[in-house]
Amino acid sequence: MRGLGILIGCGLAGSAALAASDNTLVIRNADVYPVTGAEMKGVSVLIQDGKIADIGAKLVPAKGVRVVEGKGLRVYPGMIDSGTELGLSEVSAVRETVDTGELGELMPQLRAVVAVNPESEHFQVVRVNGITSVMTFPSSGGGGGGGGRFGGGERQLISGQAALIHTDGWTWEDMTINRSAAMHLIFPSMGGRGGRGGAIPDSVLEMIPGAVGGSYTQAKRTYDQQIARLNEFFDQARQYQKEKAAHAADFKPGSKPDLKMDGFKPDLKMEAMLPVLEGTVPLGVSASRAGAIHDAIAFAAQQRVRIVILQPRDVAKAGPELKAKNIPVILGRVLALPDAEDDPYDEAFTQPAEAYKAGVKFAFGTFNNEFIRNLPYQAATAVAFGLPYDEALKAVTINAAQIWGSANEIGSVEKGKWADLMVTTGDPLEVRTQVKYLFIKGKEIPLVNKQTRLYDKYMSRQ
Amino acid sequence: MRLLLTALLVLAPLSAETYVIRNATVMTVAKGTLKGSIVVKDGKIAEVGEKVMEPADAKIIDAAGQYVIPGIIDCHSHIAGDGGINEGSVSVSSMVDIRDIINPEDIAIYRALAGGVTTANILHGSANAIGGKTLPLKMRWGKDAQGMIFEGATPGIKFALGENPKRAGNPVGGRGAPTTVQARYPATRMGVEDTIREAFNETKVYKAGWDAYDARVAKGEHPIPPRIDLKLEALKEVLEGKRYVHVHCYRADEILMMLRVADDYGFKIRTLQHVLEGYKVAKEIAAHGAGASTFSDWWSYKMEAFDAIPYNAAIMQKKGVVVSLNSDDAELMRHLNTEAGKAMKYGGLSETEALAMVTLNPAKQLGIDNRVGSIEVGKDADLVIYDKFPLSDYAKVQKVLIDGNIYFDRDNEVTGRAARQAEKQKLIDKEKQNQQRPQTAPTRRQGQ
Repeated sequence: MRGLGILIGCGLAGSAALAASDNTLVIRNADVYPVTGAEMKGVSVLIQDGKIADIGAKLVPAKGVRVVEGKGLRVYPGMIDSGTELGLSEVSAVRETVDTGELGELMPQLRAVVAVNPESEHFQVVRVNGITSVMTFPSSGGGGGGGGRFGGGERQLISGQAALIHTDGWTWEDMTINRSAAMHLIFPSMGGRGGRGGAIPDSVLEMIPGAVGGSYTQAKRTYDQQIARLNEFFDQARQYQKEKAAHAADFKPGSKPDLKMDGFKPDLKMEAMLPVLEGTVPLGVSASRAGAIHDAIAFAAQQRVRIVILQPRDVAKAGPELKAKNIPVILGRVLALPDAEDDPYDEAFTQPAEAYKAGVKFAFGTFNNEFIRNLPYQAATAVAFGLPYDEALKAVTINAAQIWGSANEIGSVEKGKWADLMVTTGDPLEVRTQVKYLFIKGKEIPLVNKQTRLYDKYMSRQ
Repeated sequence: MRLLLTALLVLAPLSAETYVIRNATVMTVAKGTLKGSIVVKDGKIAEVGEKVMEPADAKIIDAAGQYVIPGIIDCHSHIAGDGGINEGSVSVSSMVDIRDIINPEDIAIYRALAGGVTTANILHGSANAIGGKTLPLKMRWGKDAQGMIFEGATPGIKFALGENPKRAGNPVGGRGAPTTVQARYPATRMGVEDTIREAFNETKVYKAGWDAYDARVAKGEHPIPPRIDLKLEALKEVLEGKRYVHVHCYRADEILMMLRVADDYGFKIRTLQHVLEGYKVAKEIAAHGAGASTFSDWWSYKMEAFDAIPYNAAIMQKKGVVVSLNSDDAELMRHLNTEAGKAMKYGGLSETEALAMVTLNPAKQLGIDNRVGSIEVGKDADLVIYDKFPLSDYAKVQKVLIDGNIYFDRDNEVTGRAARQAEKQKLIDKEKQNQQRPQTAPTRRQGQ
């Protein structure tokens, strides 16, 4: 309210400062759906210096301030896709254009953000459908995405740091919301899709003539070795943390340089693990089946780290444990085939409703650059199959912001947050709805891309 | 005995129930949308209107507040095949036929049905310039392979241009390492054109031999027939207009090339499949009379899909091409209704125009629009009932009828789950008990 008073005051005084600023804009007379609160009909939104400065019915824009007429339109927070390879992969089948999936098994020091190409055509394509920020992962792992087919990604355990970025900006630095929003762990798997249980028991294998592939015993051995290596790596990082702290304690500012500190050799892998051990960066763990999810939770408890489960499929089974441990999940594509042949045909469609029923906090990810622009339609399918509408909307906005620790900056239409807004003709989850205006950090984004340009060009061909 | 047999034969076509689908929003596609009812009798649509004559023996399906559309037709699918659908060992494989490998127990059939698909064009893969023979199936879940076939439909053949057929010409090992795999011609788009021209060149000669033979037989002579060539037989049928050509293609250059080759050899391209750059040569496609069957918004998964635009369907339609939206994918196949919805978003088509792209237009492209594709009296009762406006992700399929029989019913599907789960559990428990009993070691079968 105070902001409003100031604004009106400024308006009456004909504030030169506001009027002259290119960084000020008002969306007038629109229906605002903040997601975190009840909708507000016929109100205005003031955008200043990239942030939402005010929302109210009686906002009077200062003279000269740009006004976007919002009558009959709706204002929503821009959508967030919680699982992508955006900026890292251009044409998934062309190796030179793909930067996911580095070599090496334990690579926490790798940062996805530095390989984000701001000029990727994908940014403009996903933006026009209202997606204003994404989590971009160094490898989508866990059975999703196209990146795993190149490099060493498929054999990785820790693939590096995932970044939360805006879908607009001059440089990756410009685009960054959180350059290290998660550490990506592809949980060891015994075959099948990211979980144990895919391998064939020895007794069955015996009966299959010419059976190929590893036996259960072999798969279990590999799995146990991977888990052991992971634990060893975390223990090593904790040891490093202790040693570093000990050296730092020895070192007193102003005193002569400590000999022991001189001898301390920083290790980039270990340094990258410190925020995970300290709990400031969660592990994003790709784990699909209930068994793998259970093992991942046990691993996290043993190592005392925060985790977010990526692309779980056995949500009904894993739900109670996820809920009890307060572990959020990023649901993968809703529009997917059932996991097993005899699963119900709508098994994937109902996963979000199952997560909701279990009381698990969740957001959506598409885990393939090609499908990011269909994020809202995935959410709508979840609604058709039992998820309450408001929960679907939250899962592409505020829930994602909360899970990735940036809810004070993005995810809802609230004062003080980045003005990441989409102005639509209707329900944003409905396929026929059009995005009329888009703002990222307060900047109006032209709703054009390579595809609209080709459309205009070839429609005009005689 | 003979009497009984006759009785059975008479009864057979009557096995379909008589239904009245009452009080629905009926999107006929051919004749607009109305609020009313549909009478289904003997597997056909008997009446459609705001008011209908309800036969006394009719079962009533109350569809108040619900929507009925014609069964969805997917013009490009690879389900219901028994394993491989790509005879990629040779550049011309027109001797092989999808008809020989239909697997009626593929669960993808039931899932497609649950997504409102009643007919699908099952194609050979795209590994070679001239692929195998194809045919449309009806999703009659529970019938045998023969029972799935869309009786009377003109069969087709798959051609393929661009990256896929030239892949075997550029064999590479992992990480670009050289490989011992031998290259298969062609390796370029130039070679793809040549492969197709060579095949039709050969077919012309083959056909001339048979035409001469047929002419002599017509004159009452008894000449020695030419040797039958199974590879060229299929292409001879193409030249005779008895087999439709469905061409997998992406880039505008190769699309244009294909149209010109067809012009030169005197046959028609029935459909261009994928045709992601069709919008660039829509004028030429329309002039040739080819149909176009495309994706709504797939792009960027390979280089030749980088200029794909979601407006492709709308542009081609506006420029006079008959356009359908297909799946090429067992998952996407389950929501072609919303793929049609995207044609409204991207390019501003009307409800009916968009819906036609997954119903009447693919029926026209497959030459089966006299039977299916719209809700009109006399057509097959292939119908889908949705709970909400069908061109939306919020809509769920409630019932699917094929030939007037209910093949999918969501209520039954959902209520039957507990029983199926219990049955599965019983089988698992039984198996576990068996394993606990001492048993002799399984013997490995030899010589396999």
